[in-house]
Amino acid sequence: MILQTIAFYAFAAFVVGSAFMVISARNPVHSVLFLILAFFNSAGLFVLLGAEFLAMILVIVYVGAVAVLFLFVVMMLDINFVRLREGFLQYLPIGASVGLLLLVEMILVVGVLATSPDTVAVAASPTPDIAAVSNTEALGALLYTKYVYLFQAAGMILLVAMIGAIVLAHRVRPGVRKQSIYAQVSRTRAEAVELKKVKTGEGI
Amino acid sequence: MEIALGHYLTVAAILFTLGIFGIFLNRKNVIIILMSVELMLLAVNINLVAFSAYLGDLVGQVFAMFVLTVAAAEAAIGLAILVTYFRNRGTVAVEEINRMKG
Repeated sequence: MILQTIAFYAFAAFVVGSAFMVISARNPVHSVLFLILAFFNSAGLFVLLGAEFLAMILVIVYVGAVAVLFLFVVMMLDINFVRLREGFLQYLPIGASVGLLLLVEMILVVGVLATSPDTVAVAASPTPDIAAVSNTEALGALLYTKYVYLFQAAGMILLVAMIGAIVLAHRVRPGVRKQSIYAQVSRTRAEAVELKKVKTGEGI
Repeated sequence: MEIALGHYLTVAAILFTLGIFGIFLNRKNVIIILMSVELMLLAVNINLVAFSAYLGDLVGQVFAMFVLTVAAAEAAIGLAILVTYFRNRGTVAVEEINRMKG
């Protein structure tokens, strides 16, 4: 129990600390790397909550895809980040006051939060016993039956996002010489080869 | 000391606030703004999973997965728009993105 408490506080501190570094780091590459650290530590929080599958998905999807995409874009675009940071402190007071207000509100809500004992009884899909069914198995059994249409819709969203990203980022560059297999195989002997009768001893 | 639901909700609240703070702080840099949005979505996910674990209802985790899907799609589209915009204009400064203005 004490180990869990220590783990929770360590993960939580790292999540919050690296999230703060994400928004305040001078170099955007460092921001992305701190984002990765934040994702790893929140995956740790998910494991503590017993959601192992989501923790692994978080590592695979966020760290493996999204964060690497961010890193790729930050490094690919030649952006003058110093100029973008001008006026950084100008918005600090208003941002800090809005953020603080929101935080106090949310923590006040959390403080008085009470769960009715009936809530567990009326759960839409009660979590099965962890000893009998693993988290991944239970999630799959729910996702592919009750929420299969939502699952398909999520797949459609990903498909549309993929096509959209390709359409947006793809560019046709003029002057690039590519192999045209159609043109190659549709050449005939007549247009490809010309026979010359060369007289002996004279050359062409 | 038992880790209660409120602990996780507090972490998520701090994370969400940091995301909003990041949008205010980096008003000129779209990339950092997109990262702040990812942080806010992560906070929402922590909330969903925490409620799911403490109320014994698996639906929260299912929905956290859908939020994850949408977040990934959003990041991909957003960054693709960013790359296209940078190619056309040579900058990603937010205050210069006003071409659609009449």
